[in-house]
Amino acid sequence: MFHICLLMFSPQNYPLYIRSVPCQNELKFHYTVHTSLDVVEEKVSAVGKSLADQRELYLGLLYPTEDYKVYGYVTNSKVKFVIVVDSSNTSLRDNEIRSMFRKLHNSFTDVMCNSFYNPGDPIQSKAFNGIVCGMMVQTG
Amino acid sequence: MAGSQWELPPELCCRPMAFVALTGLDVVYNAVHRAIWDAFCANRRADRVPISFKVLPGDHEYPKCRTKRTSYEWYIPKGIVKTGWMNKHLNLVPALVVLFYELDWDDPQWKEKQSECATKVEIVRTSLQGRNTKVAVVLIQKKTPLPPGEDLVASERASALCSSCDLSGKSLFVLPHTDHLVGYIIRLENAFYEHAQTYYYTEIRRVKSHKEFLNKTTHQLLFVRHQFKMAFLSELKQDTQNALKYYRAAYSLVHELRAHETNMLEIKTMAGFINYKICRLCFQHNTPLDAIAQFRKHIDLCKKKIGCAELAFEHSAWMSKQFQSFGELFDEAIKLGLTAIQTQNPGFYYQQAACYSQDRKQMAQQLCQAGTTYPSPDPLDTQSGGLDFYGQRPWRQGHQSIDPTDPEKEKLGILALQIKERDVPHSELIIALLSNAVAQFKKYKCPRMKSHLMVQMGEEYYHAKDYTKALKLLDYVMCDYRTERWWPLLTAILTTALHCAYLMASVKDYVIYCMELLGRASTLKEEQKSRIEKNLFKVLMNDIPEAESECDQSSVGAARSLWTDRMALSGSNELTVEMQDYIPFIQCKARFQSPSFHVDQPIQLQVFLRADCPHPVSFSKLTVSLSNQEYNQWCVVESSGQDSMTLLPGKPRCYNFSFVAKTEDVGKKVEMTGIEMMLGGDSGRCVFLSWRGAGGDAASTQEALQASRSSRRWGRGNEARQELDWDTLTLQHSTMIISRVPRICVRLSHQPPALTNEMFCISLTVQSQEDVVAKDVKLTAGLKPGQEAGLGQTTHVTLDGSSVCDDNAPALLTDVPLGDLTPGEKLEKCVYMKCVSTGPRIFLFHVAYSIDTAVEGRHIVCNCHKDETVTVETVVPFEVSVKFVSTKFEPLEQVAVDIPFLLMTDILSSSPWPLLLSSSSLQLLTVTSSTPQLQSQLQQVVLQTGESASECFCLRCPADTSSSNTVATGQYVVSWRRKCSNADSPLIQTTVTLPHVILESVPLYIYADLPSFGRVRDSLPVRYHIENRTAQVQEVEIAVDPSDAFMFSGLKQVRLRVLPSTEQQMLYNYYPLMAGYQTLPQLNISLPRCPTSSSPALRRFLPQRIFVKPQGRQPDDASIAAA
Repeated sequence: MFHICLLMFSPQNYPLYIRSVPCQNELKFHYTVHTSLDVVEEKVSAVGKSLADQRELYLGLLYPTEDYKVYGYVTNSKVKFVIVVDSSNTSLRDNEIRSMFRKLHNSFTDVMCNSFYNPGDPIQSKAFNGIVCGMMVQTG
Repeated sequence: MAGSQWELPPELCCRPMAFVALTGLDVVYNAVHRAIWDAFCANRRADRVPISFKVLPGDHEYPKCRTKRTSYEWYIPKGIVKTGWMNKHLNLVPALVVLFYELDWDDPQWKEKQSECATKVEIVRTSLQGRNTKVAVVLIQKKTPLPPGEDLVASERASALCSSCDLSGKSLFVLPHTDHLVGYIIRLENAFYEHAQTYYYTEIRRVKSHKEFLNKTTHQLLFVRHQFKMAFLSELKQDTQNALKYYRAAYSLVHELRAHETNMLEIKTMAGFINYKICRLCFQHNTPLDAIAQFRKHIDLCKKKIGCAELAFEHSAWMSKQFQSFGELFDEAIKLGLTAIQTQNPGFYYQQAACYSQDRKQMAQQLCQAGTTYPSPDPLDTQSGGLDFYGQRPWRQGHQSIDPTDPEKEKLGILALQIKERDVPHSELIIALLSNAVAQFKKYKCPRMKSHLMVQMGEEYYHAKDYTKALKLLDYVMCDYRTERWWPLLTAILTTALHCAYLMASVKDYVIYCMELLGRASTLKEEQKSRIEKNLFKVLMNDIPEAESECDQSSVGAARSLWTDRMALSGSNELTVEMQDYIPFIQCKARFQSPSFHVDQPIQLQVFLRADCPHPVSFSKLTVSLSNQEYNQWCVVESSGQDSMTLLPGKPRCYNFSFVAKTEDVGKKVEMTGIEMMLGGDSGRCVFLSWRGAGGDAASTQEALQASRSSRRWGRGNEARQELDWDTLTLQHSTMIISRVPRICVRLSHQPPALTNEMFCISLTVQSQEDVVAKDVKLTAGLKPGQEAGLGQTTHVTLDGSSVCDDNAPALLTDVPLGDLTPGEKLEKCVYMKCVSTGPRIFLFHVAYSIDTAVEGRHIVCNCHKDETVTVETVVPFEVSVKFVSTKFEPLEQVAVDIPFLLMTDILSSSPWPLLLSSSSLQLLTVTSSTPQLQSQLQQVVLQTGESASECFCLRCPADTSSSNTVATGQYVVSWRRKCSNADSPLIQTTVTLPHVILESVPLYIYADLPSFGRVRDSLPVRYHIENRTAQVQEVEIAVDPSDAFMFSGLKQVRLRVLPSTEQQMLYNYYPLMAGYQTLPQLNISLPRCPTSSSPALRRFLPQRIFVKPQGRQPDDASIAAA
């Protein structure tokens, strides 16, 4: 069983949505993801300086640790998505991760379109949850 | 230190340098030798060749060379690399032995000395039996040698010495002991370096040559050993490229070895060594990516090679060391100029090292059970005190087969290692690594990584039972997680911190962490919160809290006794907690009902409290402190007896306060400086929760922002009104006390715009609408402060309209008493403004009074005021233009002295109101009036807008004012007022300074006396006066040009003399022939003595034309004469 963990952050970097499979050792995931924000911030600010309009949303592999690979993605409104997978998980290549992010972004846009959703609140949408679960089952 | 087993040997970590031994030097007693030795070893900078020198006695015993093996057929190696080998080649076996010997070429005892030297060389040679070490001889000479080839004796003796010592010519050196010692030494050591290189080259060749004797089945270890040796010798030779090549070969050979449990440690140790060397060389070659790639490969290959399961902690320790030493190499390379980046810096390696150390600690705790005794005899003891080969077990050295020789011994050995591991200060190691990593991440802008590592450090201190340090670290990072709003992480840290606080029995910390863990930011489960809250109340009741779970029993026992002591201690049972920095379980928000209150209204203040904990909380006192402390007495609520104040979980409660402001605080702000809530009571311990300002805590600002954005706000219907929406409550921490609303009416009437210098009248009507007498009515009128700086000087305000005020009148009249106003009374007042400059001005009329009133039964005297402002534009009433013209009304550029001229003034009204010009006058300077009495020509003239009035004065410049070229002429004064103003209102004097005139003096003044008109065919007598204005006699030539319009009689051409200051007269009788304006016959005048004055210049004072009337018919003569 591979670990996979998905997090989303507001532009102020607090978590909007957290889901990890399996659930044990969640705290360690939290720490890993939280520290990965350093790299995200750095990348976002570096990109902002040069080519602001043609920004690639997918940030790629943020940094390798012994145990996990951490991938990042930033929307134009500075909402950050992070996916963490086991280092030993070789089935997920860059392209798969990229399409996962794109899928997430689409369903996040749907969440934002909900006029009852207040930007910045934790996401509790069932539809979003369903899509995330589906994605995790598929890859996990 | 127990960790030293895993330290890399120093001979591995140093930079290998060629080893050269110097003999025959007596550095203790011989000053010359001492100087030579110092020159060799002092100042060894990077530009000198890399050699390590050592002074040895001439008869020093070098390590014995074992007899060379001729065949490897029956040889079975016992290990990979011997522990002594590197040190032997670094420090024991020299590449070159240099014999120093004092001998001059012309030494009288040459023969004896030569043979003594040969003996010494022989001793060294014998000691080096079997080695390829080179020998060289240096002759220390007192004399400077001659250039080569010139000293025949020297070359002859040199060759003799060489042959007697069996040396080649290249190995004999001469060192003259003269001034240039260092220069000679550098040349010498370069020569030594060449010899050393040759030595290492042959050594490498020798090791390489063994290869052909080896076979792959029994000599696998030797393949590694030989590659390693060649690499190391290449390093000694400073051939790092080849060294790297050999090390890489050695590395792949190590992993080809058959690995099993007994030799795993040896393989890993050697792999670690070789990997270290490769990474080091890669960094040295400035190919850091190669180093990183090699290291990754190394880790991937070795990660799973755990070896003996009972000694699994050894593997973690080894892994930790790998990461640590790579981190150190990386860090060193950075210090030498390599640039690292955020995602690839030494910090990651230190962090991973710490991670493995944590694993090691865990495994050690699992594997190393307490209670066993250390086996005797010590299985870790070896006869030599050390190991023969790197990475072998002391109890079975040289053992290379798969199964251990003696299972009993093996067991004892493992037990001994486990017991040793128990004494390792794991936490200390982990903390050191973590703090290294923290330093790195700080450098590479990874604040969150830093925080994370600091949490780990804190936790490690907690495990090491150093609670003070743990709390310090955790406290430090808690803020970061709080501002980042990572509640799960914050909760985890708080939980650890709570454990620390409990174990230390630190009451204040315990209370704070409890409060925050009960708060809304905590992600703890309800039952945990409930337990924590009960503990908190126990502490408040001065009771010992229940032990935290997950703490080990022995520490809990210690903590309990600490708590008992703490509780027994009386006195310090009051503590204040600042809430702003935390997210506590009681939220507080306070607000003034309005951003401002009139002084005659009571100030209302609300404090909202909400508890987030699972059980109701009762408190005994709530106080609000305000910036003016006199009001504080009104803002206290205290529980009285049984009626305690209780907050129900999740239900906001509101406390209202109201007080009457003091009249002297009008215009001031009242601010909430703090809110304090008292938990607990006199019986136990009381905790003051203190909020700065108007409440709110570390998270409330963001929540308020989020709430303000919320769409729910709009959707809320009226049914939810009773239920207070906590999130949308906003703080209002200050209010303004403003004066009572005035009930008087102030009206202004005036006729704008104001005219410059005029006494502009604004009439003010004040009517009281109060129910009681308005006392002490005071008026402040004038220029509103805060306008353009210069306006104050150019505006004057007065109440006296009867005369024009002077410049001393102020711009703002303050506090003019107007007496009392009874209800409904009306009062009028005129204020006069004099504006000296044009432009807009804002005038302020401030009517203040005081009145008695009552608020909530208290009598207060309120000061009220009403302000009215009016903007008045000031314009110039009229423009005065002045010009000088000649008596012929021609504009004058210069005025001739003592010749009359005209001054014309023109007053153009630009005032929108009609102006009455009362009079005008000239105040002359220098010039005088030609007319006996100057009389104003525009007395009582009224000018409408755009109309103008002119005057004309005939003036003359007296003869004696020829001193200066330009002279002031004086001033023109106009007195005026608005036509519509009262007859008794003052006249305004406007003074216009007349322009300066340029004076000129004419040498000759010619003017004519002639009637104002002529008549056709009627005699017209003209008398020309010629005045000499100079002090010389002037000769004048006058000729009269003929004219078609006139016949004339008189001198047609004349030359005459005019004496100084006299005049000559010439009479002509003109006889006009035509009617109308006719040009008079022209006089051509010239002064032969004064050629500069031309005829037109002299002629300008003469009339040019005259009107000639036609001759009337006879019968009408009388009527014409009448005309």
